[in-house]
Amino acid sequence: MRFTLSWLKEHLRTDASLELISEKLTSLGLVVDKIHNKAEELAPFKICEIIEADKHPNADRLQVCRVNTGDEILQVVCGAANARKGLKVVLARPGDRIPSNNQILKVGKVRDVDSFGMLCSAQELLLEENSEGIIEVDQEAPLGESYAAWLGLNDPLIEIEITPNRGDCLGVNGIARDLSATGIGAYVPLKAETCKGLSPSPISLKLDREACPHFTGRVIRGVKNGPSPEWLQRKLRSIGLRPISALVDITNFFTYDRGRPLHVFDLDKLKGNLTVRLSHRGESFKALDGKSYALAEDMAVIADDSGVVSLGGIMGGESTGCEETTQNVFLECAFFDSIRTALTGRTLGILSDARYRFERGVDPTSTLPGLEAATHMILEICGGEASDIVEEGSIPYELSSITFSSSRVETLGGMKVNAERVHEILKSLGFDLHNKQDHIIVCPPSWRFDIEHEADLVEEILRVEGYDKIPSVSYGERPQQKPLAPFQERRFEVRDRLAARGLVEVITWSFVSQEEARLFGDVPDNLTLLNPISQDLSTMRPNVLPHLLSAARYNQNRALEPIGLFEIGPQFSDPTPQGQHMMAVGLRVGSLHSGHWSEKKRSVDIYDVKADALSILEMGRLTPQWDRTAPNWYHPGRSAALKLGQHVLGYFGEIHPHVIKAFDLKGPVVGFELFLDRLPLSKKKSTAKPKLDLSPYQSVERDFAFVVDQKVAADSLLKAATKADPSLIDQINLFDVFEMGDGKKSLAIRVRLQPKDHTLTEDEIQAVSQKIISLVAQNTGGVLRQ
Amino acid sequence: MDKLGQLNQQLVNDIEKAATLQEVEDLRISALGKKGTLTLLMKDLGQMSPDERRVMGAELNALKDVLSAALDQRKAQLANEVLASRLASETLDVSLPPRPSPSGKVHPLSHVLDQAIHIFGQMGFALAEGPDIEEDFYNFTALNIPPEHPARQEQDTFYLPVASDGQPLVLRTHTSPVQIRTMQNTPPPLRIIAPGRTYRSDDLDATHAPMFHQIEGLVIDKQTHMGHLKGCLEEFCRLFFEDPELKLRFRPGYFPFTEPSAEVDILWNNTTWLEILGCGMVHPNVLQNCGIDPAIYQGFAFGMGLERITMLKYGIEDLRLIYESDLRWLNHYGFAPEARE
Repeated sequence: MRFTLSWLKEHLRTDASLELISEKLTSLGLVVDKIHNKAEELAPFKICEIIEADKHPNADRLQVCRVNTGDEILQVVCGAANARKGLKVVLARPGDRIPSNNQILKVGKVRDVDSFGMLCSAQELLLEENSEGIIEVDQEAPLGESYAAWLGLNDPLIEIEITPNRGDCLGVNGIARDLSATGIGAYVPLKAETCKGLSPSPISLKLDREACPHFTGRVIRGVKNGPSPEWLQRKLRSIGLRPISALVDITNFFTYDRGRPLHVFDLDKLKGNLTVRLSHRGESFKALDGKSYALAEDMAVIADDSGVVSLGGIMGGESTGCEETTQNVFLECAFFDSIRTALTGRTLGILSDARYRFERGVDPTSTLPGLEAATHMILEICGGEASDIVEEGSIPYELSSITFSSSRVETLGGMKVNAERVHEILKSLGFDLHNKQDHIIVCPPSWRFDIEHEADLVEEILRVEGYDKIPSVSYGERPQQKPLAPFQERRFEVRDRLAARGLVEVITWSFVSQEEARLFGDVPDNLTLLNPISQDLSTMRPNVLPHLLSAARYNQNRALEPIGLFEIGPQFSDPTPQGQHMMAVGLRVGSLHSGHWSEKKRSVDIYDVKADALSILEMGRLTPQWDRTAPNWYHPGRSAALKLGQHVLGYFGEIHPHVIKAFDLKGPVVGFELFLDRLPLSKKKSTAKPKLDLSPYQSVERDFAFVVDQKVAADSLLKAATKADPSLIDQINLFDVFEMGDGKKSLAIRVRLQPKDHTLTEDEIQAVSQKIISLVAQNTGGVLRQ
Repeated sequence: MDKLGQLNQQLVNDIEKAATLQEVEDLRISALGKKGTLTLLMKDLGQMSPDERRVMGAELNALKDVLSAALDQRKAQLANEVLASRLASETLDVSLPPRPSPSGKVHPLSHVLDQAIHIFGQMGFALAEGPDIEEDFYNFTALNIPPEHPARQEQDTFYLPVASDGQPLVLRTHTSPVQIRTMQNTPPPLRIIAPGRTYRSDDLDATHAPMFHQIEGLVIDKQTHMGHLKGCLEEFCRLFFEDPELKLRFRPGYFPFTEPSAEVDILWNNTTWLEILGCGMVHPNVLQNCGIDPAIYQGFAFGMGLERITMLKYGIEDLRLIYESDLRWLNHYGFAPEARE
């Protein structure tokens, strides 16, 4: 909402400074966005006169002008076709900043001719959005005066934001009323006009109250349309509206002055009588914006015998619009329902000042007064003769009442305000009050649809007094509890653990393209957005990996290595809350190196991500089983599922070459996924660590190299060896793996024996060694390597 | 006597002059070896009279001790010289970069969430969570936003196909549905924060994203009023922005789910008011929708964008980079992991 200070002062008698008014507006909830003063901003641009205009010697389209500034004569080169001798113009001098491009003007040479300024267009001064040629100033305008000041733009323009519940402040009148409650000025009530009809209305009305609960109108014959008077043009221009013609300007004035949209039909273009009804599917309508709209059902329309001539509360039709030559009009002032207006406007995509107001709520009692006031102004400006009023329906407004104890201002609002002040504030905002014993009955005014509860009244008091006056209270009593439940805490622990392992956390979209999603399983229809912003983000991600793979490619393309990423976030298997899974997913790509001079570069492999995954499982002291059932986005021979019993905790492995190719990555690429919500929480952790007995007896280490089949899993060999004497075997370390060819490999282990009560004899060591060898042979078919 | 004295003098001189460990060893052998000068003299003692032997023996032994000591000393001296010259040739460039430790990073949004949870945790708030895919009822209707409400328009919502039970489904536009779910399932008093992913169908630009994060709070009890709301948010903002003098401005706002409602600005760099959050007293209709009697209970709710406060605090200017996964950005704006527990 935009208005000027002088316009506001027509509705509010006040001596308050602009600064105070601005402060009060914001504190009332009518937040001031900006205050401009065009006259100040455009002060350097002065009115001058072209006293000579000659053709440029070296350019056909340019003229060399001699310009009288009032103080001196300057030479200015100008390319505008309308530059001519005797014209009053607006001059920019070297050093001035041109508003449209923010450039500082310099003395220039245009095709070898010096130019000491620029003759401005309205567009260059941001006075109009588009303009042709330079500004032609009225011949009466005084030389040397600032153009904007002469235009009367020396009036601060205030822009405020209006929240959706405050339709009553979409007119200057309502803003003034709100401000008056703060005590900075006196509200000037609207003058009630009545214009007696001199003849019956030749137009009759048929009204469907569904479409429009209250409709008024009248014919005015013999009007003279044309430019509106200077004061009205200036007013509209001051808030950035373009004056069009008296009739149109008058309706715009009422829209901005009192938030009361109106419409004027050219009577001579109407065919027959008017019907206000709901639209039928398939009807079409050409609006004043020149566009045709195909109407759906149940939109409020005004129709004549030819069809729809206006979209109620939104926009009039082109076929019956007023022109300069219009002589007879039908003036309409009606009430349209906010919801219907909003739905219609949204469906058709029409933005208009009327829609903006009706969908936020126009004062339902303003219909008839609005019609009378507009009639009055039309008769005054355009002349003519008004008919009787035609009126159908009734004011759609019932007085409501709220039981209110002013103590609620303190118990809910936290501010002590005495009852007298509470009464004063509510009254000045237009509320009706009836005192009862220990409470008041409050009736909100017709323009405040947003007031229904005691809480709403508390807000009224608070905002007029100022929220800044509410004393802050600190909570004394603070429940001592951990803010995070253990499963939530674990997410943060996992995050820190993975980062400590050198992975970098990313946060990526919860949605993904269907194409990428399909590489990671089915894409159910019920997880596909009905209105995605792009096909790239059209379905809820079934897996976190696709975005990590894209992120890896992004970095790989920029040679930002090493690439190790992880994300902790949701993936979706169905739309229910149970179908949302909290995941910890990591990816390592290419080579792993810190770039340090001492370090050898090596490729990442599955043992890196296996370590990442196990490091998380270790936090919960979990030792998972594994099998080869990782899903098909992994390399089938280089991946595993991690399980606890039948529960899949996650996967790790090399990403399948197809997937790597689909993401245009250079491998190797390895990754892991863990379902965080499936990891059992460790039982109530005791802080005590298991007891450690330090044996005084020497430990003994023995190395064994076994030759086994390629297929034998190393951990089965380790398990077999451990069984030889679990209490004596302190540690087994697999220190060498060697591929021998012919389907065989060698696994070398170092076994540490730690006796607890005596030093081991050679015989005892031999016995354990033999047992290890035979258990390995039994369980894995492995033989000691010769 | 003289003869021995001379020998002594001569040998000690030779030892001191020895230039290498081998020369020292040669001197030891020539004096103290099997056929060494001194050894031979010792052997002669057997042929002497007991008196002579006693005197001579004592002198020879003393001489032997002197020589041994001289040999040891020279040996140690030479060994030190050898070591010193070896060490002198063994320098390392101490200016070379040391071995690095793994350098992973926690995303700045996670770091900020952690801080916020910590600050609100101190005030007695506990974390509550809910699903990203929400029923229309929880995201809108229960929050006093009926189907035709203009607020539905302002929040450009992502829709999913209607659920099998006929419920319209949306991607939550705020984390407020978590408040509804909590109020429905847990009797008051309540003090919760609800952080999480939220979605609006905005195209990605420097200040908008189709997915972002919110952190909301809710207090329900019998006495909490606007003064507590102010106190709580002042405490949070001052701790979070690490400025105990930070100025906050509360001004009236509008949300369908709170009444009175407020927008909160902070005075940034002592020059500009920046809007950072919305809040208010929970609307009586919302309490009623959750089965809580508004005649008995009241409380406040607030909500802020995690990205917004992160960008402000750490001087991040472009929202897009938060989700771009550029390692240069992540390494610069990310945080080293903290040891937890």
